[in-house]
Amino acid sequence: MTRRRLTDQLATGWMIVSVLVALVPLAFILGYVVYKGAGIVSWTFLTKPEPFDFTHSGGGVWNGIKGTLKLLFLASLLAIPTGILAALYLNEFGRGRFATAVRFVTDVMSGVPSIFVGIFIYSLIVLETGHFSAYSGALALAVLMLPIVIRGAEEVLKLVPHELREASLALGVPRWRTVLRVILPAAASGIVTAAMLSVARAAGETAPLLFTSFGNRFVTGWSDYGSPDSALPLLIFRNARSAYEPAQQRAWAAALVLIAIVLVFTILGRTLAGRRAFRS
Amino acid sequence: MAVEVKLEGLSAWFGSNQVLDDISFTVPAQSVTAIIGPSGSGKSTLIRLVNRMHEILPRTRHEGHVFLGGEDVYGDDVDPVDVRRRVGMVFQRPNPFPTMSIYDNVAAGLKLNGVRGKRSGMDGLVEESLKAAGLWGEVRNRLKAPAGGLSGGQQQRLCIARAIAVRPEVLLMDEPASALDPQSTLRIEDLMAELKQRYTIVIVTHNMQQAARIADWTAFMTVTEEGAPGRLIEFDQTNTIFTHPKDDRTQAYVTGRFG
Repeated sequence: MTRRRLTDQLATGWMIVSVLVALVPLAFILGYVVYKGAGIVSWTFLTKPEPFDFTHSGGGVWNGIKGTLKLLFLASLLAIPTGILAALYLNEFGRGRFATAVRFVTDVMSGVPSIFVGIFIYSLIVLETGHFSAYSGALALAVLMLPIVIRGAEEVLKLVPHELREASLALGVPRWRTVLRVILPAAASGIVTAAMLSVARAAGETAPLLFTSFGNRFVTGWSDYGSPDSALPLLIFRNARSAYEPAQQRAWAAALVLIAIVLVFTILGRTLAGRRAFRS
Repeated sequence: MAVEVKLEGLSAWFGSNQVLDDISFTVPAQSVTAIIGPSGSGKSTLIRLVNRMHEILPRTRHEGHVFLGGEDVYGDDVDPVDVRRRVGMVFQRPNPFPTMSIYDNVAAGLKLNGVRGKRSGMDGLVEESLKAAGLWGEVRNRLKAPAGGLSGGQQQRLCIARAIAVRPEVLLMDEPASALDPQSTLRIEDLMAELKQRYTIVIVTHNMQQAARIADWTAFMTVTEEGAPGRLIEFDQTNTIFTHPKDDRTQAYVTGRFG
């Protein structure tokens, strides 16, 4: 065997081993959550709130599921359109110092520890209003999502070939229509991926919710954003810390539900984006 | 209606780098005018000044005027969008909208501008434009197929159909055949002979044989020294440029001794 082929095989082997090493922890995490949690998940578990005394068995995590969905909905509503518009601005219109400043601030923001965002919203809103609330939690999540959406969407928009822009402009299509009808559809699937990434990140955040949304044993109404609200990560945090077996089991199962929710969102986003790209 | 295009004292810059210097000549209506010259002589920039595409790139500027049938496209109250509807453009690399169907590509100039209109009217326009671009026979049965599935030559003719569907008065072509095989090139050249009945055509080309075959008028541009902006050396009937050029540099270029 020649030296060249030997090198090739060594390099290939090394890459395969690296991939496996990277996958093992992932598989273990998923496998362990399923192993610990799957037995407890049931219809009741998904539709009933935590029992009055959470150290007892029974009940479910519906308060957490509903809270998470509510928080993600409002946070997405705040962060995703704003983030996409900001990315469009940076990529299509932004020139000079202001754009550079926005880009820099976005980079800094994506590095801000999430607990700090929680404290920031706490002092800005919770202390001002005098009570914990779902909307303050959603706002904290939105602050965390924004830089992810902006940078993700900007990277995707950069990949749209300049030729498409020129083709559209040369046909006498105004700039804003070119952006709306040519650039955005061409980047749609990537932008959705960036948005979903931010949703997934927000779904798992615990720290910024500790002093904003706070948590709630009771199920709140869909439009009630004024009360403190539960969220799956908060619920997992509280139950997992407990010394009691039923609570710990509930935490495992809730973690499984959280992973499933993120997975469903991701798949949904991918299919939607995929379809749009083909039609338009 | 085709109109004449009068270039007057055109200079252009990218940042502080001047790429064109004081170019003036008049392209007669309903004719094909070829712009030839070595790479970097500013040919593409020159035609991009005609439909105001130069200014979309960052840090660019220009001086001078372009008159379309007497109207200055750089006039104070002229919207570049309107200029681009009057002056169609075909690019060097075929650039159909990849996610749109063949039909939607041809209709893009109208659809992207929010024109819905009667469906039947749109159908007629698409058919007429594809026929004018010599592509109708090949795609009539798959108008709804994505444009990305066409060959390079077909894509370029699709881009021509897309440009003429807007019913421009002038058609600019920036080396439209340089990325195509000889067969497709020939088709595009035949097409230009037909299209000049209705449009004023300006084509940038590296290929002197092509200029000699299709152009009524030819402009020769070059850079006179390293780093200097592109200048117009000679503009005349194609025949004259290729047989009795007035300038030695034109002579050298068309006989292949330089550039």
